[in-house]
Amino acid sequence: MAAGLGSRKKQRFVIVGIALMALMGTFLLVVFALGGDSLSLFLNPSAVVEKNMKQGQRFRLGGLVKDGSFTKLEDGLTFNFTVTDCEADIPVSYHGILPDLFREGQGVVTDGALDGTGIFVAESVLAKHDENYAAPGTMPENTDGCKHPEKSASIGP
Amino acid sequence: MIPEIGHFALIVALIVSLMGAIVPHMAIARGDTRLMAMAGQFAYAQFLLATVAFAALTYAYVISDFSVLNVAANSHTAKPLLYKLSGVWGNHEGSLMLWILILSLFSACVAYGGKNLPLRFRSRVLAVQSALLVGFLLFVLLTSNPFERLDPAPFEGNGLNPLLQDPGLAFHPPMLYIGYVGLSVAFSFAVAALIEGEVTPLWARWVRPWTLAAWVFLTAGIALGSWWAYYELGWGGWWFWDPVENASFMPWLAATALLHSSIVVEKRDALKSWTILLAIVAFSFSLLGTFLVRSGVLTSVHAFAVDPERGVFILAFLAIIIGGSLALFAWRAPKLTPSGIFSLSSRESALVLNNILLATFAAVVLVGTLYPLVLEAINGVQITVGPPFFEFAATILMSPLIVALGFGPLLAWKRGNISRAAQILLPAVIISLFVFWITIWHDAAGMIMTGVGIGLGSWLMLSVMLEINKKTNFWIHPRGFWRRAKKLPRATWGMSLAHAGLGIILLAITVSEAWTEETLRLMKVGDSELVGGYNFTLEEVAPVAGPNYTAVRAHFLVEHNGNFIARLAPEDRVYSDPPMNTTEAGIYPLIRGDLYAVIGEYAGSNAWSVRLYFKPLISGLWLGAGLMALGGLISLSDRRQRIGAPASKKRLAFVSIAAKPAKVPKPAAPAKAIKPKKPTKPTKMAKAATPKKRTKPKKSVKTGA
Repeated sequence: MAAGLGSRKKQRFVIVGIALMALMGTFLLVVFALGGDSLSLFLNPSAVVEKNMKQGQRFRLGGLVKDGSFTKLEDGLTFNFTVTDCEADIPVSYHGILPDLFREGQGVVTDGALDGTGIFVAESVLAKHDENYAAPGTMPENTDGCKHPEKSASIGP
Repeated sequence: MIPEIGHFALIVALIVSLMGAIVPHMAIARGDTRLMAMAGQFAYAQFLLATVAFAALTYAYVISDFSVLNVAANSHTAKPLLYKLSGVWGNHEGSLMLWILILSLFSACVAYGGKNLPLRFRSRVLAVQSALLVGFLLFVLLTSNPFERLDPAPFEGNGLNPLLQDPGLAFHPPMLYIGYVGLSVAFSFAVAALIEGEVTPLWARWVRPWTLAAWVFLTAGIALGSWWAYYELGWGGWWFWDPVENASFMPWLAATALLHSSIVVEKRDALKSWTILLAIVAFSFSLLGTFLVRSGVLTSVHAFAVDPERGVFILAFLAIIIGGSLALFAWRAPKLTPSGIFSLSSRESALVLNNILLATFAAVVLVGTLYPLVLEAINGVQITVGPPFFEFAATILMSPLIVALGFGPLLAWKRGNISRAAQILLPAVIISLFVFWITIWHDAAGMIMTGVGIGLGSWLMLSVMLEINKKTNFWIHPRGFWRRAKKLPRATWGMSLAHAGLGIILLAITVSEAWTEETLRLMKVGDSELVGGYNFTLEEVAPVAGPNYTAVRAHFLVEHNGNFIARLAPEDRVYSDPPMNTTEAGIYPLIRGDLYAVIGEYAGSNAWSVRLYFKPLISGLWLGAGLMALGGLISLSDRRQRIGAPASKKRLAFVSIAAKPAKVPKPAAPAKAIKPKKPTKPTKMAKAATPKKRTKPKKSVKTGA
């Protein structure tokens, strides 16, 4: 077993070779095995409309929960609301417990796919925020199209 | 007045750090030993000033001085004292202050505990530490001054994010920061060694305790964060491959690799350039991690506010530190004496494999974390790299690592006998294959990965036991076990504990992922639900009031076959400043697994939405992480690990060697022109001073460095 690694050069060559192979091999395996599944697009509602996303294609939808759009079904565990970026709206349906930070007017990131009727069926809903209570990436750049909710009284700069 | 003192202390600290970064190099160039010794004084002064500044900020938080912008934006009078204190580092400016405090603390520790280091080398290390401190102080003073005043002062502050108002999270950032910053010592040692152009086994012994300490804190910090996510976020999840979690995981992987490769340098004088590179990379990862979070480029639960000015500074700082050290490496590393030779089946080879796999894993995590950023910068497409990517990479990279891990400790240095190791490990092979087969057979659904996970977990645990059995001869002569066990070096016990901890984590992950039971439903008072064989009855839902929140608390009675098991009291809290809800899960850990209940919102007609879980073996995650940290501590307590106080006899030998290079003043020459010293002499002597593997630990234990 003790195949001699005769010289330093040879030893280094073997080690570097194995390391490179491990690196390449891992990436190839990951890409082949998972294909596009491991990467999911992060889209805002207008991008969903623009890209004409297909039914069943998984992606992440981020935006604000539109004011006045939130309804709860009779089972008490299914919720409907609209995610907006103030330019386009996407109706979302979610079965589960909503996160603590979920509010109308707050930023959310949902993970799921569109169903046949154009409703985004979410498997998870994350309400994101930072110390100033607005998540980077969920705030629309152009808020002219909708009433932008006041941020909680912030004294910061 | 107090905040101004803090601000002033920061400015003085900047000046002292500038001096501390330059003077030692000048002193070495001139060969002025007295000036070289000044590096230590600079380090103490920096620590003192950083403490004053940090204390000033803490004071402002404790007395709720809202004329300080930072306090007004992040604190509130109604907060309990603990969260006023943890609020100090719960924001961008304060967390940088904590970073500065810890960095200067480590410098002071190196100055104090490193008295056995050659003076020349110690000064270089401290100078590099000072240079790092300069960068951070500039960053704070120029872009994120925590002492900025607010006029007029508001009557009440904004309050701390309620999610962060939790004992677990009060200690998570300091732990993690000690880990991050601890790696700066390894970095400074590496840079100093590159400047000096020499890496000896002695160098590895100096740097190892620092790496080990940083690793222990990093492990504990990550585990604490994941525990917090588990009980506070109310999803029952504990790791999300969130970019910020990755940011703490990458330095951990690199530090783990560094710990293992530095052993090879210490014992065999091989893998030198690689170890130096790892030390640089490990700290670069922690810088990258901290700054990725700070700059706000990552969308994450952890992200702080975005500020373009900071972003530019951060990029420049990263470029200088990481780019500079890597350039230095590229320039100086070829001058390091080449490595020793070892056979394919040897302890070295096993450790090389460990390093290759850990480094590859770190690279994969780095790519997965940064790829979305790069892609967005290139064509504006926003994507997320999901958990499947990381989980798959973890599986294919960690499986061979764990298989090899069973063999590694049983192989000899230089030339090991793999078939003999296999002979010793035969029972582990048989049992773990059996366990693998049972798992797959038991669940006809074909959960191959679950089988693999459980098989590997049991393989690791068993191989650790067999290795200890081999070393103590327990099976053949059980009577003398304790005597022989005590004779084993503590580093060996530390290693075995940490490896066993990894095995427990692996088992816990696999079992809890495969057999968690979850129910989501509406419950009225008096309703029952069976989850994982445990009967949860909702007994009562009542309002409660805390110091700065009100909550709805549910009371669950849990029974198993009619026997009382536990009462769970999950809460749904509503904080007023800032207005926000948090979920406090009700958790009761059993040996079999955790009972976990979350109460959601009121759904009308006396019903609440609730989520109930049975999570088998999940406590093993934190138990395993705890064992790993404990293993690190035990290893750290090994006399041979401590640079500050080796035992008396060896100490003399050690000091005489260590002091030697310092006594010989270099001919006055700029650092550039220093030739790599011929390592023959110090190396040989260092080897002689390096105790053999099985030195008896003496009973008298001195306090460590």
